[in-house]
Amino acid sequence: MSDVLAVADHRRGELRDVSFELLTAGRDLAEATGGDLHVAVVSGPVEEFAEHLAVEGVDVIHTVDRGEEFNHDVYVQAVTALAEDLDPAVVLMPNSVNGLDYAPAVAGRLDRPLVTDAVDLAWDDDDGLVATREMYASKVETTVAVDGDRVAVTVRGGEWPPAVESGDAEVRAADVAVDESRVGSRVTGFEEVAGGDVDITEADVLVSVGRGIEEEENLDLVFDLAEAMGATVSASRPIVDSGWLEKGRQVGQSGKVVTPEVYIAIGISGAVQHVAGMKGAETIVAINTDPNAPIFDIADYGIVGDLFEVVPELTAAFEE
Amino acid sequence: MKVLVTVKEVATVEDDFELDGLGIDERYLEYDLNEWDEYAVEEAVQLQEADDDVEVVSVTIGPERSEETIRLALAKGVDRAIRVWDDALAGSDLLDVAAKTRMLAEVVAEEEPDLVLTGVQAKDDSFGATGVSLADAVGFQWAAVVNALDADAVLNEDVAKVHRELEGGVEELTEVDLPAVLTIQTGINEPRYASLRGIRQAQTKEIAERSLADLGLEAADVESDLTLTDLYEPESEAETQLFDGSAAEAAGQLATVLREKGVGAE
Repeated sequence: MSDVLAVADHRRGELRDVSFELLTAGRDLAEATGGDLHVAVVSGPVEEFAEHLAVEGVDVIHTVDRGEEFNHDVYVQAVTALAEDLDPAVVLMPNSVNGLDYAPAVAGRLDRPLVTDAVDLAWDDDDGLVATREMYASKVETTVAVDGDRVAVTVRGGEWPPAVESGDAEVRAADVAVDESRVGSRVTGFEEVAGGDVDITEADVLVSVGRGIEEEENLDLVFDLAEAMGATVSASRPIVDSGWLEKGRQVGQSGKVVTPEVYIAIGISGAVQHVAGMKGAETIVAINTDPNAPIFDIADYGIVGDLFEVVPELTAAFEE
Repeated sequence: MKVLVTVKEVATVEDDFELDGLGIDERYLEYDLNEWDEYAVEEAVQLQEADDDVEVVSVTIGPERSEETIRLALAKGVDRAIRVWDDALAGSDLLDVAAKTRMLAEVVAEEEPDLVLTGVQAKDDSFGATGVSLADAVGFQWAAVVNALDADAVLNEDVAKVHRELEGGVEELTEVDLPAVLTIQTGINEPRYASLRGIRQAQTKEIAERSLADLGLEAADVESDLTLTDLYEPESEAETQLFDGSAAEAAGQLATVLREKGVGAE
């Protein structure tokens, strides 16, 4: 029998959405392998988390009650020990910032091949696991076959629907001893990134600028447009990384999640990390030279063209 | 103190491209230093500028072509470089994390660095896992997705005090003792451009070659457990209404639609 072990993701007392997406991915896999779906929940209020994670299709939830917050040394030890005990065909972990802080070490200790950032998974009794993942900044999709019948995988958030139907999983306190002498990392606190003067999450219309703007001085084009429209300026990661705009204006996975009525993406290719922060906008407009840019996959309206020509014309149209 | 920076030459794909079997047609690829590694190199060079006793060594796994990219790191202030390559690697179209870890672990054993800096991920295969995998394999501490590093603590206390960039604008403050591996996020610093003097000096700096045999490894040690079975352009699910014509015409049509949605109304 080939079981699946999924590891929940949580932070500061709350389970993250990807945890429930992992359960869907795990349930699909367990159905294909004919095995059970085990879930590990490590640190935090594990009993409370276990109640939420007991969705339909989950067979056993293993709780490891040690500490409040994520610590990778605790996770590596706990997940490795559980996987050695259960010997699942697949260990499923989130491709979150914390997931990437422990999953590679778990795979190494278990001597399992590791596939990260999977967007789809299939299991075949003959071929084993086949993962779909992107390469070259999402320009292409690939399928990857894994040699061996014991695998470790991290899955991308937002690719599987969350599992919600309640079920009747058995909850077990895992018999896992954490060796405190091997907990070397010390988490001393958290910091919220300062928002600055502008709250982009409150704006009805966002004019958002990306790498296509090329130079800092060209930002005037975007501010002129925003002023003509009565909109607020936000940005994708490269603009903030370059120090051209403050972090509080960053839209995306590591920045803010925004849900304006209108979101106008200017010179933004639409990498998955950016889209995670703005896909909830009511109307999405894209202006980009590359007709294949992923932003056009989610845009309602678009102009394939040079922003340096289009944006001034759009500004003029609103100044009339 | 010695800082080892892993760097990788990666291919960027042009907007319009063609496939060639399980890869992208060479004509549409441009090779460059991986974006995340630029920030890792800058972080290392800044440590060296703060303390003369810091030596910065770069290591890459890549074919001869990648020397050009490695020189770029040398031009920015890296002292010397190591390039790992072997005929046994040439046939692999997707080198997995375990294989890279085994090679880099041997280089770490040879160089004995106090600090290893890697990029969070490589832009081509985007595994995002080699740094942490390497750390655990060689028994170093680690921190993934670092967007702030306290240089003083590294140089004077042998501790890496870092911020880890979590999702949603939250940073985790973490400390690990050296030796450690940190995976460096973009935005942690402002990578410099290579100066003309730096570019000249880079020509005389050493790039040492290491084969698998030099590292005490065999071809079987770097056999990838992952096999690329298909590579294709994702199907667009777009239902985008595109506005055509001149820039003025397209912008005019878009403005009309946006006004109907209330944009620009006082």
